[in-house]
Amino acid sequence: MPAELEIGLIAVMTAASCAVCGSLLLVRGMTMTADAVSHTILLGIVLAYFAAGGLDSPLLFLGAAAVGLVTVALGELLVKSRLVSEDSAVGVVFPLLFALAVILITRYASSVHLDTDTVLLGELAFAPFERMTVFGADIGAKGIYTSAGLLALDLLFVVALFKELKTVSFDRTAALVMGFSPALLHYLMMALVSLTAVGSFDTVGSVLVVAFMAAPAATAYLLAESFGKMLAAAVAAAAISAIVGVRAALALDVSFAGAMATAAGLVFLAALVAAPKRGLVGAYLRRRAGKRPR
Amino acid sequence: MTAALGLVPRLAAGTLAALLSDYTFRTVALGAAIIGLMSGVVGCFSVLRREALLADGASHAALPGVVAAYLITGSKDAAVLLAGAAASAVLAAAATVLTARRTRIKFESALAVAMSVFFGLGLALMSYAQRLPGASKAGLSRFIYGEASSIVMRDVYASAALALMLTALVCVFFRQFKLAAFDPEYAASAGLRSGAAGGALTAMTVAVTVLGIQAVGAVLMSALLIAPAVAARQWTRSLAGMTALAAVFGAVSGVAGTAYSSLRDGVPTGPAIVVTASVIAGVSLLAAPGRGIAAKLVRRRRLRRRVLAADMSVVDELTSPDVSAVPAQSTRPDAAPDGQGRAASPSDVSATTGQGTRHEAPPDGRESPAAPPDGEESATVPQDVSAAPEQELRPDAPDGEGHVASAPDKDGKGGGSDAGGA
Repeated sequence: MPAELEIGLIAVMTAASCAVCGSLLLVRGMTMTADAVSHTILLGIVLAYFAAGGLDSPLLFLGAAAVGLVTVALGELLVKSRLVSEDSAVGVVFPLLFALAVILITRYASSVHLDTDTVLLGELAFAPFERMTVFGADIGAKGIYTSAGLLALDLLFVVALFKELKTVSFDRTAALVMGFSPALLHYLMMALVSLTAVGSFDTVGSVLVVAFMAAPAATAYLLAESFGKMLAAAVAAAAISAIVGVRAALALDVSFAGAMATAAGLVFLAALVAAPKRGLVGAYLRRRAGKRPR
Repeated sequence: MTAALGLVPRLAAGTLAALLSDYTFRTVALGAAIIGLMSGVVGCFSVLRREALLADGASHAALPGVVAAYLITGSKDAAVLLAGAAASAVLAAAATVLTARRTRIKFESALAVAMSVFFGLGLALMSYAQRLPGASKAGLSRFIYGEASSIVMRDVYASAALALMLTALVCVFFRQFKLAAFDPEYAASAGLRSGAAGGALTAMTVAVTVLGIQAVGAVLMSALLIAPAVAARQWTRSLAGMTALAAVFGAVSGVAGTAYSSLRDGVPTGPAIVVTASVIAGVSLLAAPGRGIAAKLVRRRRLRRRVLAADMSVVDELTSPDVSAVPAQSTRPDAAPDGQGRAASPSDVSATTGQGTRHEAPPDGRESPAAPPDGEESATVPQDVSAAPEQELRPDAPDGEGHVASAPDKDGKGGGSDAGGA
């Protein structure tokens, strides 16, 4: 497989799995959680690195995802104490964990191949160099398998728990009455978000995981009328942004992650302006026609 | 990379005296203190207006402006780069507000989209800039991680001037800012232009954020605004006191963080400042008198002892609403609102019948969200109300969350049997 195709494939699958998680977060108004989690997984990666002594261990995955969950739990603990409002709680917890990670890296791990640039900014261009081999045969870049696995996991989660997710997100009381636990589902969802963020960080970098969790979901939110359609639209928007972004990055010779995020932003901008019902133009026309916007 | 992060002023002598006589340290510490002070003051208002995450967004969104300013002018002068940073941060903030106001996308999500896309654009521009001859990454990437050691006396003078201006603004327009922070509706009805005050506060947040990026970096800047304000809030009930205290906490964090990173090899300054500020916030949350978590635990224990001493049957009455807490009610019975007063009334009532308390409890519960446990400043109430419409839309309102964590296991059985019995 040519390297460009591999890069494109990884980009599309990573973007799609981020878009699925992002849609779940957006309908619950928790998009900034993605921001917090994607930063603090750095601490998990560092700690797991110290524990495992290498960057290849699966421990890295679990450790990072666990710290993502800890971030969410700590934030909720603060909110529950009623001393701090929700956004401030997020704003206090994640910079602390992130700062600790940066200190640990610079103080103890600066000599090894673990730097904040790799984690924060990612480097998709290197993805084709890491090969997956089975019985000595090269079967493609490793990133293809990680991103495919994540996408499969995310889709499986959403398809299997579609009804539950919908009920919990849009009607908590009904969910409680029907007897499934919003808390359990909430933490499952957060675990999924953390795992996806960890799995995507070396593709797009943890900062831009946020772009792919936020922008395609927001685009879809402007276009779709039902949760199912929204998920589909988000995945489509993510795939389009990824393809356009990779193409643009190759043509202009700039960072893949940066170009992909910019493309996602442009797709969102197009929807923001021109979405048939909820776009700026549509809303303006409706206001002029004398009808109140929704 | 190590060049970007190993930005610590490395001092041979580790003593405080040597530190204080060191020119670089004095400059950096002074600069960090001024930035911390400003962040503390402005952060109070952003925290109270629930715009705390705006700082996070603004600092990320500043990146493309920084790189674009460099690409256009070709200079790495701090003033030029900061102007670019401010321009793109303001653009992102405007886009966020427009999206949140005109579409059904909420402020938080709009902010996440704007900041991450701007940051991505910045990265793309940066990778382009790096290919140009003579462009080294170090000068630009310090805007991501911060580089306090790059602070020179000129920066200190500039930030001192801005700090004076901001402090003067806050002093002169304190009343307007207070209203804008707590009760914009009332301010509007009283004929005060709270829109202008709110806009001014947002602009101040962006200004301080952009200036602070140099010291602590884009990723960590939000902590410097939020943590001192959250810490100060725990110790005082007046906005003036909170603002002053936050300024002190911010300045102390700046100096202590700089000192710590100077004394310990390999600890970068920005993260050290943020950790210091977070520790102050953590201690305040735990130990502040009245409002703090420790004080609450003590009060609860005292209440329990009094209740036990009064009458054993009271225990059932007090614990049963605890178990059957309905998620719709956003109370936390275990937080023992107005501890003393309530302890007296149930024990009185229980002297007559058990039924009495049952009637007593629900109103108590419904009142609580409006008048939260004693420690809450009265001023936070209108703010809760003003935030309500937005939070109503969220399926996952923060109030409900507390219960969700504890409700299912207890509620599934306890609540059900309770309902069956009634």
